[in-house]
Amino acid sequence: MSLDEKAVPRLLRGVRVAHDSVRGRDVLLAPERVFMLDPIGKAVLDRIDGARSFGSIVDDLAAAYQAPRDRIAADAGKYLTGLIERRMMEAT
Amino acid sequence: MIQPPISMLAELTHRCPLSCPYCSNPLELASRSLELDTETWARVFREAAGIGVLQLHLSGGEPASRRDLEEITEAAVKAGLYTNLITSGIGLTEKRLEALDAIGLDHVQLSLQGVNAGMADRIGGYEGGFKRKMQVAGWIGRLGFPLTLNAVMHRQNLADLEATIAMAVEMGARRLEVACVQFHGWATKNKAALMPTKEQALEARRVVDDARARLKGTLVIDFVPPDYHAAYPKACMGGWGSTGLNITPDGLVLPCHAAQSIPHLVFDTVREKSLREIWYEGAAFNAYRGDDWMQEPCRSCERKAIDHGGCRCQAMALAGDAAATDPVCSKSPRHAAVMAKIARDLEAEREGDASLTYRTQPDRTPADTGAD
Repeated sequence: MSLDEKAVPRLLRGVRVAHDSVRGRDVLLAPERVFMLDPIGKAVLDRIDGARSFGSIVDDLAAAYQAPRDRIAADAGKYLTGLIERRMMEAT
Repeated sequence: MIQPPISMLAELTHRCPLSCPYCSNPLELASRSLELDTETWARVFREAAGIGVLQLHLSGGEPASRRDLEEITEAAVKAGLYTNLITSGIGLTEKRLEALDAIGLDHVQLSLQGVNAGMADRIGGYEGGFKRKMQVAGWIGRLGFPLTLNAVMHRQNLADLEATIAMAVEMGARRLEVACVQFHGWATKNKAALMPTKEQALEARRVVDDARARLKGTLVIDFVPPDYHAAYPKACMGGWGSTGLNITPDGLVLPCHAAQSIPHLVFDTVREKSLREIWYEGAAFNAYRGDDWMQEPCRSCERKAIDHGGCRCQAMALAGDAAATDPVCSKSPRHAAVMAKIARDLEAEREGDASLTYRTQPDRTPADTGAD
């Protein structure tokens, strides 16, 4: 499953990014799950606001990290699809 | 090096309208008069956030039996904790749920004793409980709380596993925990009535695997397989004193909810010490951290970092030694003898009285309820 470039991803209620000041890192908090975020995951999630499309998020990431767009689209798409399958995100 | 804890289970009370025969509360229940008050819980939540706890599970007993559940939840949210309410639904009203929604409760985990009133009310020992639970599930859905359904499965209801999965989808739950009964607490009194057969265990695994594939993106299913049927033991708590802690209604801090079944452990209380001191220096937490305490075959086992020697409480219960290899492990020298003894005991119990022994209530002696 890949993500449509026009789809707008958003975190579902009860799922949020937080800063863990004790461990000095960012985390994704979800029902009975905690994921430690690496800088790439954080960069992707920071750009999700419930308004921007996946395609526009990929454009932004490709510009910010000066990386090949198709590579970014594949990696970010895989990451977000994983969150959708875990029922932490939706894309409409 | 000791890592900070990630999660905390707060058992707000041992009181509960239900009396499930597999209740994970200890056989010695804390009475209402000993329960921590609102202010103390609020302080404990702040201390927990301060040492790195991210997720808080408000549990019991039935947490809704506390009239100050809303104030307690508010204190948890204010402390910055991700807050999960673990409930049977009994004691919650639409109004209380609306208040919890406004306060900022993050998630609800609703227990399920069966998929129909006949099974659910018999297992829960509470007439009308199922009907009420369905009503509560409707309110949870209407308010939009993320929902996990926790279905405790055992010999008597595993045949309803498909219907249980269908019910979770119907309710709009995002997650379903198919939690096969763990034989601690009150479940130890009902092993014969609750222990799944080997065939049931295999069938449950097949049904879960099938549903996971079919419901990908709709429902996430967590599976706690039945005790005693696997080749290797469960990695209890992900390693003793490594990720989580548990507070009893009267303020004792435990490395896991069953830890009081290990008689030589001494537990600290939040009334006398800070959580930080208890987590890092408490004797009970340090008793089975790391692997210095391990005996053979665990000590030289390539799986020791995976399952940590299994469950300390199970080792205590089945081997009489909390530092032994969990006898459920096929590598344990006691494995064959312990499994044979369990099989013999189950056989004998089934020939006798197979009725359920229900959990009692705090502040009542067992004689009051007619249980043994």
